[in-house]
Amino acid sequence: MKFGVLQFPGSCDEVDALEAARRVGDAELIWHGERDLKGADAIVVPGGFSYGDYLRAGAIARFSPAMESVIDFAGEGGLVLGICNGFQVLCEAHLLPGALLPNENLHFTSRQVEVEVLSGGGAFTRACGPVTHPPQRLSIPAKHAWGRYYAESETLAAMDGSGQLVLRYAPGENFNGSLHDIAGVCNEQGNVFGLMPHPEHAVDELMGGSADGLRIFESMRMTVEGATR
Amino acid sequence: MLIRPKAGILDPQGAAVERALPALGFAGVGNVHVGRLVELDVEDEAQLQPMCERLLANPLVEDYEVQLLDGGV
Repeated sequence: MKFGVLQFPGSCDEVDALEAARRVGDAELIWHGERDLKGADAIVVPGGFSYGDYLRAGAIARFSPAMESVIDFAGEGGLVLGICNGFQVLCEAHLLPGALLPNENLHFTSRQVEVEVLSGGGAFTRACGPVTHPPQRLSIPAKHAWGRYYAESETLAAMDGSGQLVLRYAPGENFNGSLHDIAGVCNEQGNVFGLMPHPEHAVDELMGGSADGLRIFESMRMTVEGATR
Repeated sequence: MLIRPKAGILDPQGAAVERALPALGFAGVGNVHVGRLVELDVEDEAQLQPMCERLLANPLVEDYEVQLLDGGV
């Protein structure tokens, strides 16, 4: 399978995302000005500070030609993963519900976080194995200043009911003030997923002691190859 | 365009300013909120609201207010 990794002016995690994707399949960069998604089976919208985070994080990137194609791709059921700034872009593009607001403590924070895998978002978490009680955990880094997930309470209740809550900060790990400790959500159809922590930075135990992030990319490979076989 | 956080949504910037003011001796200050000001020239005023809805504000978490200055009606 092939991943397409978007690159905006101000992206900074696209190379790690490419590297992570290449551990499970092929991957190619897609410049934000291009409309052609190069035959990718899945899209990664990477982290960074697209367009300098001007106005609001993700607000301007959402209108780039590549994102217009990604919106169509998602509408046709294609898998789209948004990481950190990519999550913000997907919310601004209305591919995901809710918004990311400045961290409650107003600090840019970079640290390893423990997140729990919830029942939703199977297309992106199936390589984590069955959902357990207590939930399985992934140890992956987070680094952001705008990561406080917000959605209206009725929206949150509907998302909970339809399995759209995918990752939750483990007790004591919610450093940004996200509502209900939400770290990652998917759309109603389950083919678009956004999370604030960075799975692409945790794909080798040599780097930071955890390869848990690889399971997100592996899950996407399983989903795509299951679909094409 | 004046853009501000919606009422009821935690505004940590406003809260930080509200805590800082008394430290400088400004007493009796409450309800501080920090937003954004966008100034622009436009030929067709009817474009202002859709601009706010689609780009300048995020209506899920922000309220906006349009004020017409020089030459506005």
